[in-house]
Amino acid sequence: MPQPLNYLKETASQTAGPYVHIGLIPAMAGFDIFEKNFSNVLTTPNTEGERITLEGKVLDGTGTPLRDVLLEIWQANASGRYNHPADRSAGALEQEFRGWGRAGSDFESGLVTFETIKPGAIVDKAGRTCAPHINVWIVARGINIGLNTRLYFSDEETANAADPVLNLIEQPSRRSTLVAKRSERGGKVVYSFTIHLQGPEETVFFDV
Amino acid sequence: MNAQAPALRDPRLNRPEPLTPPLGDGGFFQRDRSIHPPAHAPGYKSSVLRSPRQSLLSLEGSVSEITGPVFGHNDLGPLDNDLIRNYAKDGDPVGERIIVHGRVLDETGRGVPNTLVEFWQANAGGRYRHKKDTYLAPVDPNFGGCGRALTDDTGYYYFRTVKPGPYPWRNYVNSWRPAHIHFSVFGSGFAQRLITQMYFEGDPLIPVCPILTTIPDQDALDRLVAPLDLNASAPFDSLAYRFDIVLRGQRSTYFENRTAGN
Ligand SMILES: [Fe+2]
Repeated sequence: MPQPLNYLKETASQTAGPYVHIGLIPAMAGFDIFEKNFSNVLTTPNTEGERITLEGKVLDGTGTPLRDVLLEIWQANASGRYNHPADRSAGALEQEFRGWGRAGSDFESGLVTFETIKPGAIVDKAGRTCAPHINVWIVARGINIGLNTRLYFSDEETANAADPVLNLIEQPSRRSTLVAKRSERGGKVVYSFTIHLQGPEETVFFDV
Repeated sequence: MNAQAPALRDPRLNRPEPLTPPLGDGGFFQRDRSIHPPAHAPGYKSSVLRSPRQSLLSLEGSVSEITGPVFGHNDLGPLDNDLIRNYAKDGDPVGERIIVHGRVLDETGRGVPNTLVEFWQANAGGRYRHKKDTYLAPVDPNFGGCGRALTDDTGYYYFRTVKPGPYPWRNYVNSWRPAHIHFSVFGSGFAQRLITQMYFEGDPLIPVCPILTTIPDQDALDRLVAPLDLNASAPFDSLAYRFDIVLRGQRSTYFENRTAGN
């Protein structure tokens, strides 16, 4: 017998369940408990970059919006820099911009929104430029292990066409499942997305 | 706030030596999906329409996945890890007083320091303080049912609460959840993000739970069951349960091959 490696095994995932709001966004469960709360607003008045609203739904296999889903997003700032010590790229760091937020879907409509800024392009460790994108993590009742996907931007066609991750997707039609559509509404920039958990338009999910 | 409840104290007998793992910028170990529940687990009916059917696209860890949000003590309030006091209005919540403690580790066995752990649960009667929960067991006016903690420099966390009760739910007509506490953990990179549930040693509902039994691996299931930890209990006050959480390990970067100029 060779020596044992003795790695530990990862703890198994379990669904976040229907009451995920209690733990992660208690105001949505209907009560106020913490002095400080996390939210779907990533920006402060000082944040650099173009203000955007991300707005979308997550649909089940029948096309019905999930009304008890929770999304988290993780993104770089407008200079393409993540607020984390492992990002050693050259973009300017903004300490005040954490780059992370969470939102529950509306209990009636299923709509999920975030107020943030459009991230800059990212230079990865190999020196490749990656198109601006926002990382998304999805949990809900019936989702046994959190789903990872990304949102790219419809007005970044050239950058998207060169993006190393989008180019890993074999079918061009599936690449478009990750692209949020830009529009303007009342002077505000809105990017709209739809995440399909199943079906012919199933969103590309990643094993990260 | 309730003045009668004694202050919550660190229940450790012996603090392990602090470990500060080197901050790697390698990717994480490949996730072993055979120990996780499959997305499509028909015995848990809600998963049927909410499970992707295409293969996941494998990504080697890029900067987007090996980084993740950083939290600090400024994000928390002083009672956030004390569910006996953090929603108390005119007395203690009803139920068995318990301490839950453990470490957040990675697959190499190193503690994960300064990471955010969030937890939520039903009250002692199995009722959630949630506008969508209609179970007939009453809401406890002194119990909110959620809290959070930041691990210390060794990955250690602890909190105090009351033991949650089992509750019925619509899967089969007579499906009951074993007593459990939901956990959310971050780790250092977004690819380590994990939500899970902790169960209690000896609960007879564990082997018949349609959610717990989505896990195909018995050892992985057993690792979600917290043992009673009498040594960490507070005599004449609270029993303790121990729950360690393991996140994916991170590859070290012994040899860098960095593009110059960035
Ligand atoms: Fe639950």
